[in-house]
Amino acid sequence: MKAGDLAELALRNLREAVLRNSLTTLGVAVGVASLVAMLSLGVGLQELATRRLSNSGLFDTVIVMPRRNMQGIRRAVPNPVPAKEAPALDDDARKTMEHLPNVIEVYPQIRFPTEVRYNGTPYSTIVAGVPDSARGNGAYDGIQGSFFSGPNADEAILQIELAKDLSEQPLTLIGKDLVVRYAERQALPPSGTNDGSGGNGKDGGAGGFSIVPREQKLRIVGIIETEPAAGFGGFGSGRLLIPLEVASALRAAQVNDLRDAVRATNGKPAYASLTVRAKSPSQVEAIELAIKGMGFGTFSLLDATRNLRLFFTVFDLLLGIFGSLALAVATLGIINTLVMAILERRREIGILKALGAADRDVKQLFFVEAGVMGLLGGVLGAGLGWTIGKAITFGTNVYLKRQNLPSAHVFSVPWWLVLGAIAFAVLVSLAAGLYPATRAARLNPVEALRYE
Amino acid sequence: MTTGDGVAVSAERVSRHYEMGAAVIRAVDDVTLEVRAGEFVALLGSSGSGKSTLLNLMAGLDRPTGGAIFANGRNLSELSSLELARYRSKTVGMVFQSFNLLPRMTLEENVELPLRLAEVDRGERGARVQEALERVKLEKRLSHRPSELSGGEQQRAALARALVNRPTLLFADEPTGNLDSATGESIMLLLQEIQQKLGMTIVMVTHERPLAERFANRIVALADGKLVNDGVKS
Repeated sequence: MKAGDLAELALRNLREAVLRNSLTTLGVAVGVASLVAMLSLGVGLQELATRRLSNSGLFDTVIVMPRRNMQGIRRAVPNPVPAKEAPALDDDARKTMEHLPNVIEVYPQIRFPTEVRYNGTPYSTIVAGVPDSARGNGAYDGIQGSFFSGPNADEAILQIELAKDLSEQPLTLIGKDLVVRYAERQALPPSGTNDGSGGNGKDGGAGGFSIVPREQKLRIVGIIETEPAAGFGGFGSGRLLIPLEVASALRAAQVNDLRDAVRATNGKPAYASLTVRAKSPSQVEAIELAIKGMGFGTFSLLDATRNLRLFFTVFDLLLGIFGSLALAVATLGIINTLVMAILERRREIGILKALGAADRDVKQLFFVEAGVMGLLGGVLGAGLGWTIGKAITFGTNVYLKRQNLPSAHVFSVPWWLVLGAIAFAVLVSLAAGLYPATRAARLNPVEALRYE
Repeated sequence: MTTGDGVAVSAERVSRHYEMGAAVIRAVDDVTLEVRAGEFVALLGSSGSGKSTLLNLMAGLDRPTGGAIFANGRNLSELSSLELARYRSKTVGMVFQSFNLLPRMTLEENVELPLRLAEVDRGERGARVQEALERVKLEKRLSHRPSELSGGEQQRAALARALVNRPTLLFADEPTGNLDSATGESIMLLLQEIQQKLGMTIVMVTHERPLAERFANRIVALADGKLVNDGVKS
């Protein structure tokens, strides 16, 4: 039989038992909706986690340190690079890294201990420099107040715990001033010069440096829950964030300074560490390899992203299995409906065969009926799953808003999931139709014609 | 379209046995029969004589357990399931005692069904359906469903459906069995007209001897699955 005729007859048959076939189709739709909803939740949570982590700057970042630093800080490593052979992490190296493919920016990490004075009361904390590029990457989406007005603004963003130390009503701090007391490093003659980058022992190891207490007034412009990339590559969580350029200009003494002061260098200013930002997490590995090739030590959370992906793959698989249970029940519904249809249409099958229908025609007719139920159920189910996702996202965001938390898309229904779910529903329905269709095709026409 | 020497369909020592546990039912037992092209043959016999079974074997609805059926020069027993379906579709037309029209289809759709199965082009179907329905004088009942027709009209519609693919062999299984005598006679006249005008070969099963004697050219009698008499009318 031609495809058009087959489809026409199948649709006519489906219309004849419209209630039963509609209920069967609805069963498929519920199964598909369950599958779509479960997988959408998995995909949504994965996207949410990836987006949050990506915004935190953890996964597109490579921390670069001189090899000798890594040996010095950590336990002995196999095949250590002798200090005299280790290349210096200086401006030349920084420029080379800036020109590596897929590198957005390279900046030094600046963190130093400080004393904050607010309303005359001192508080010890750690200051961290934040590059101006952090403004656009979403890491500060949940900020109360605003990001720095400019890269050279004498402004500060407080981590919430510090803000709570300063005031019982942290939000009232926005717009207020505070004073930061820190230790400025001043180079000693004859060869010591400050590097202008926050300085990490830019004294060539010749003259050393002296420490001078200084103060800087800063205006509080924002409060955040946690510092993005807290503690990563540094020595502690920065609770008071200031623009990187401001931090650099302060020339504050850092913990590495004492160690670098006693080490011999090539006379050029050097950094304790640099942060290299990649265009995307997928390019981190290549950048790390290139930097290691330059003779520096690197660190990134690439392995953590791999583990995250593995976790969500298993998570999605489990959700998919649970979601498929409803579809499995719907499959039994299709088999039941078609087996009933064979019993009811036994005589009709006999007539069709007597009029010249081949076994193949009868089989295809039942297959098309099963496929149409699967297709309609799949489309309906995908729509239903999408609606469930929207409803849960809405409910979640209402709850998050009440908790003063930023909104989140916990559901994501990508097009491949919709198409995949519909295709899966059709395939499952065809598989369910296999037994009834084969049984119908094998009916003996003489016996079928005798059936009342 | 015949099996040599003007034979339309032939049975050579054909048997159809059914095993029912230890017992063997010999529905058709060692029957040999030749039906010539253009003949109107009546298979006569009482209930259980094997006449319908023999008709089904010749129509390609069933396969013999012994012997062979020849049609179009081919042994039907050796045909594949698909080839047998094509034989039923292209060569054979069938009419049943209980009409066997599909109740949810209109008359037009019922008659069109064999054309769909034979994959006749859509554009050609309308004219063929019209022609078949005109032949049985039901051309004005196209959109009616079987339940809206009388028994005689339903059997005429079934006849139109059997003729629409222009078969060379028409098998009729008790075509008047569900009709009153007057309507039955009108159906028999229609069959006779078709045989005479189209030169079609007709094999009809009946248990009514008078009807067979009046309309058939030849009466083949069966009893207990065996051919007991084969007589050509003068």
